[in-house]
Amino acid sequence: MKAIGQLILKEFKLELRRKAVVSGLALYLFSTVFISYLAFALRQNLITPLVWSALFWITILFTAINTIAKSFIGEKRGLDIYFYSIASPVEVLLSKIIYNFLLCLLLSLTGYLLFVLFLNDPIQDKLTFVVTLILASGGFASSLTLLSGIASKASNSNILMAVLSFPVIISILLIVIRITKNCMDGLDPSVSYDKLLSLLAINALVAAVSYLLFPFTWKS
Amino acid sequence: MKSNWWKILSIILLVYSIIGGLLFAVPRLNIVNETIRALYFHVPMWFGMVVLFLASTIYAIKYLRNPNFQNDTYSVEFANVGLVFGLLGIFTGMIWANYTWGSPWHGDPKQNGAAIALLVYLAYFILRGSVNNEEQRARLSAVYNIFAFVAMVPLIFIIPRMTSSMHPGSGGNPGFNMYDLDSKMRMVFYPAVIGWILLGVWITSLRIRMRIAEEKIIESENENA
Repeated sequence: MKAIGQLILKEFKLELRRKAVVSGLALYLFSTVFISYLAFALRQNLITPLVWSALFWITILFTAINTIAKSFIGEKRGLDIYFYSIASPVEVLLSKIIYNFLLCLLLSLTGYLLFVLFLNDPIQDKLTFVVTLILASGGFASSLTLLSGIASKASNSNILMAVLSFPVIISILLIVIRITKNCMDGLDPSVSYDKLLSLLAINALVAAVSYLLFPFTWKS
Repeated sequence: MKSNWWKILSIILLVYSIIGGLLFAVPRLNIVNETIRALYFHVPMWFGMVVLFLASTIYAIKYLRNPNFQNDTYSVEFANVGLVFGLLGIFTGMIWANYTWGSPWHGDPKQNGAAIALLVYLAYFILRGSVNNEEQRARLSAVYNIFAFVAMVPLIFIIPRMTSSMHPGSGGNPGFNMYDLDSKMRMVFYPAVIGWILLGVWITSLRIRMRIAEEKIIESENENA
């Protein structure tokens, strides 16, 4: 437990030292939102709630993939061996998942604010929507972290990361888009409970499988 | 001969299901009409695919517990043949959809789910192609195989049941049980499912033998060189 805390702390420190990476991600998010704004909202107002939700989740998906991809792909050679010598693989994985979860959550909340600023705000049930953002970030973090570990070992990591993650992430994305629709229609939160529960169940499933499988991607 | 009985059984069941599937009487229903016979050929593909992918995942787990060339080969070849079954399932479904829904690709949740399931396994082969170290390739692809299978389960079995679909058997559309109150269709359907699964396993076992033989040839060439 203590090791996990230390490792998360280390990720934060590292992130603050390499400010270019985080600012790069923020700029990536901003540019994507701005392109959506220029293409869809400027002059001709094409943003219906459904288009909004599609654009929003595509933006968040790509940002999440890019954010989490760097958790193993960007690391220097040999650094992993050092981590292995001081912590167990499971601790490394859990710390990365938690850290990626926080980063994803931060970016998706920022993404939401940017969407409200540049496009509009069709979300009526804000509380359920924020809960959805939290669960979606958790799902992205727990599934993509393992895939980043796999992709980092292969030759064309960046393409592979996208190819491996899309099919896996789609089940999360489909449920999330459906909940977003409910939130936009201002339905009572209780309508979305079963969907939120299945989202939570998928998260738990994916996290459990990552936890079991991750030690195998390490040995080499 | 003793160990080949299931191959003969597979051929008998398939011949029976093709003859029976094309000639036996089927219930008359609006719109569906004679296309109901697609059930005998389309649905067994999905049963076959799920069984083959499951076998592939089981061998992936076996590989992680006991890393050797054999388990890896089994896992890959089951995935290969499963992919072929999946593609056949999609194509037979598209033929059926063309006559009953009016267009081959109708954007139905089941069609989309199936397409995504195939994407998962295509990604699996891309992953295998991009790792050079043989042992690492086997290990990483085994990990992805298990992970993908788990992620695919909600896609194929849960989400299509949550949404309305025009596919028979969901969203208030009549399924298997409504079509044949007298269970006549089952007489052909179940043998067809078993026959196709056996055929899938048979093809896989041939491919595995081929790969192992190839590996031996390469090894002996290396020794001689």
